Amino acid sequence: MSRKMHITMTVNGKEEEFLAEPRELLIYTLRERLNITGPHIGCETSHCGACTVTIGGKSVKACTMFVAQADGADITTIEGIGGPDDLHPLQTAFKEHHGLQCGYCTPGMITRATKLLEENPNPTEEEIRFGMAGNLCRCTGYQNIVKSIQAAAAEMAAAKEAAE
Amino acid sequence: MKDEVTREERIDNLKGMGCSRKRVEDARFTQGKGNYVDDIKLDGMLFGDFVRTPYAHARIVSINTEEAMKVPGVLAVLTAADLEPLGLHWMPTLAGDKQMVLADGKVLFQGQEVAFVVAEDRYAAADGIELVEVEYEELPVIVDPFEALQSDVVLREDLVGDGGTLPDGAHGPRKHHNHIFTWEAGDKDPTAEVIAEADVVAEESMYYHRTHPCPLETCGCVASMDKVNGKLTLWGTFQAPHAIRTVVSLISGIEEHNIRVISPDIGGGFGNKVGAYPGYVCSVVASIVTGKPVKWIEDRMDNLMTTAFARDYHMTGKIAATKEGKITALQCHVTADHGGFDACADPTKFPAGFMNICTGSYDIPTAYLEVDGVYTNKAPGGVSYRCSFRVTEAVYFIERMIEVLAIELNMDAAELRRINFIKKEQFPYKAALGWEYDSGDYHTAWDKALKAVDYDGLRAEQAQRVADFKAGKTRSLMGIGLSFFTEIVGAGPVKNCDILGLGMFDSCEIRIHPTGSAIARLGTISQGQGHATTFAQILASEIGLPADSITIEEGDTDTAPYGLGTYGSRSTPVAGAATAMAGRKIRAKAQMIAAYLLEVHDNDVEFDVDRFVVKGAPEQFKTMKEIAFAAYNQAIPGIEPGLEAVSYYDPPNMTYPFGAYVCVMDIDVDTGVPDIRRFYALDDCGTRINPMIIEGQVHGGLTEALAVSLGQEIAYDDMGNVKTGTLMDFFLPTAWEVPNYETDHTVTPSPHHPIGAKGVGESPHVGGVPCFSNAVQDAFRPFGNRHTNMPHDHWRIWKTAHDLGLHD
Repeated sequence: MSRKMHITMTVNGKEEEFLAEPRELLIYTLRERLNITGPHIGCETSHCGACTVTIGGKSVKACTMFVAQADGADITTIEGIGGPDDLHPLQTAFKEHHGLQCGYCTPGMITRATKLLEENPNPTEEEIRFGMAGNLCRCTGYQNIVKSIQAAAAEMAAAKEAAE
Repeated sequence: MKDEVTREERIDNLKGMGCSRKRVEDARFTQGKGNYVDDIKLDGMLFGDFVRTPYAHARIVSINTEEAMKVPGVLAVLTAADLEPLGLHWMPTLAGDKQMVLADGKVLFQGQEVAFVVAEDRYAAADGIELVEVEYEELPVIVDPFEALQSDVVLREDLVGDGGTLPDGAHGPRKHHNHIFTWEAGDKDPTAEVIAEADVVAEESMYYHRTHPCPLETCGCVASMDKVNGKLTLWGTFQAPHAIRTVVSLISGIEEHNIRVISPDIGGGFGNKVGAYPGYVCSVVASIVTGKPVKWIEDRMDNLMTTAFARDYHMTGKIAATKEGKITALQCHVTADHGGFDACADPTKFPAGFMNICTGSYDIPTAYLEVDGVYTNKAPGGVSYRCSFRVTEAVYFIERMIEVLAIELNMDAAELRRINFIKKEQFPYKAALGWEYDSGDYHTAWDKALKAVDYDGLRAEQAQRVADFKAGKTRSLMGIGLSFFTEIVGAGPVKNCDILGLGMFDSCEIRIHPTGSAIARLGTISQGQGHATTFAQILASEIGLPADSITIEEGDTDTAPYGLGTYGSRSTPVAGAATAMAGRKIRAKAQMIAAYLLEVHDNDVEFDVDRFVVKGAPEQFKTMKEIAFAAYNQAIPGIEPGLEAVSYYDPPNMTYPFGAYVCVMDIDVDTGVPDIRRFYALDDCGTRINPMIIEGQVHGGLTEALAVSLGQEIAYDDMGNVKTGTLMDFFLPTAWEVPNYETDHTVTPSPHHPIGAKGVGESPHVGGVPCFSNAVQDAFRPFGNRHTNMPHDHWRIWKTAHDLGLHD
């Protein structure tokens, strides 16, 4: 029973402040303390990526980060990526191209893909497969996930071109 | 009345069967708004977790919970002694055996549940678990079923009578204290005679290794006992919520109407979530004891080590043929490792599932199958991992035996299959091991597949590669994997299929709302298959209301009609049929209403897409929307108000999907790394409801097949330690390892299913495993390889090459 720490963090643009044991894992902070249940738990060993969130511009697996390490962090989860009124092109593309089945990996998958496309807006299939290899899916065989990400990349490129 | 919309447009507007309707489930999943069991949060909810044994076989000398109870936040520690007065320290399994809920005097496999710590949160529970002191006395460990059948060590003392007698098990006499059952199908002596006199006999032994379905979401539940109203609500990852309700009622004594089981969104099942696990029982007891909701969620190690292994079949076969390659007989013996308890999830009368589909797609006149179930110090389970009951084992067996026979005959394996296929005109076909295949057209599918991949061209390329290899020009070999499978799904007819005495029918209940939209509820439960999308499509075509206006609801036993759930590809064959039949009841009543409104006789109107029209006068019609409203606002003589129907469908037979798969693989002889260059999958699942979803199912099933054949296993050491208990060691393919698949189809509708559909979710796994394995084995065939066991991970492929002298 360790002493509690004073933690502040920004999650999806909202300031959060609380006391927590330093050993608390970030995924539980999000899911149980803050009721942000989009990120899921699949392995608790960093293998499956169901818990993927974005912290300070990087994809992070929230199941293996202590809340103490996330003190002061700026965190984005699937809930901060898009909602009913402002869907992200990836959210649309995953539906359009059947990039999901049970949906359990999907929040982590889309969250990771937003970073992938930020870093590489026009990835090849190989780059997508490599860049998404930290996120496991048991249902789709990845083929339609790759297709969804390609479609979203094209959509985002077209939107960018239209805006310029 | 005039209609500006064409008939084609009216059909399109329905989004009924045959179109690639986008999934209605996806909005919530893509926005992080799914509702999985671990997302459920109730006021005052506690968290339970298990103390598990590190030993695979040990006697429990003592359990001391004193220190654990001192941990702040720990409220209770349950042991078998606490459950015994309630009669809940053991529970029945689906296979007619019983299983310890918490260790009762001994443990039989590593990870077995010993005590249940109930605490205010996960962290307090984990702290409590650390402080439960359990003293064990180690016993000899048996992880090999052949050794188990010879050993003096008794694994299950509870199944040995006075003076060492062996009472019969649930499936008849037992041969040894570690033996569970012997199950036979076919004709023993006639098969042996044909084999003894055959021109050619190929023999092979193969081990289909133990693996695990490993859905991304583990198993879990939340139990909430409302003591004021006497109602128990149980949310959980249940593939069969109604069956769970009945089981909970039977073992707890709580009347069934006071139990509400809810399966929320499920993060994949693949068979893992069919069974009843100690976590469910302990959560219910803990909620009753504490008066608070209790959540239990497995972690990944718990999941891989304890709930629901699959396969673990040691198979020996003999296949006899004429010199020309016509198969005359097949014999198969299985030694089935069931672990410490027989908790296989099979229909009651089938302790080895439908292993007797092992004559495959071939016209084999005589056959015999014998399966011996055996106890060992491994986890219980034996679930159907993305397949109907033991069908992956059966198809792997026959598709390997065919390859071995081809070697024996020095024949091309594609041609050997072709000359032995059951012919189209032989259906319905009565197989030697008892099943009646409903329909099939194997030759058409096979020819289409071989043509699509240019089979002859591939063989020529392979021959060139072998020549180049022998000439030292390459270190890469090429394998052509073939498989042709016939599945048996849609369990099943109540006359021979039940689980715990519950007939394996399924159900659908439809309510049409006054304004022409509807809700339909089913006894099944989606775990990613997209039921809310596809069942609405079936209904749209049957009742003429747009799929977008039909809500599909499953998984709440208080509202859904009774059904046996989703596994063994039974949703479309059974619940899909119930949906169509309920829809037809709606249509029959709608016809009477339409006739009344149009002032003609019932027989003078006919259904047309979304309406009833007067025969010969299509300009006179009433749409289903108008009819729905009339059902609620008009007093129609002789017809009750409202528009509802329910159907409980008992299928007359199973359905038999089939398919033809080809895998082309390059193998680096020096590293053992396979590169899947091409994978072609032709599936015939009968009538196709949603091609997009079918394709997605095929991609997913093939990827799980790739995993099983190329690396995924639950391995034990001699001490019974699980060596593959995390995702570091247990192979789940990533996007990087998985190829793009080419999908194709033929359509042979099931003659007995109302819409001709057969089910598809499991076919690619069933057909895929032997296809990947055959590709590996085929690459080494020119160098004398006959059979090597899966999983073909890099090390084992390298070893195969090494043992064949390819590194010399």
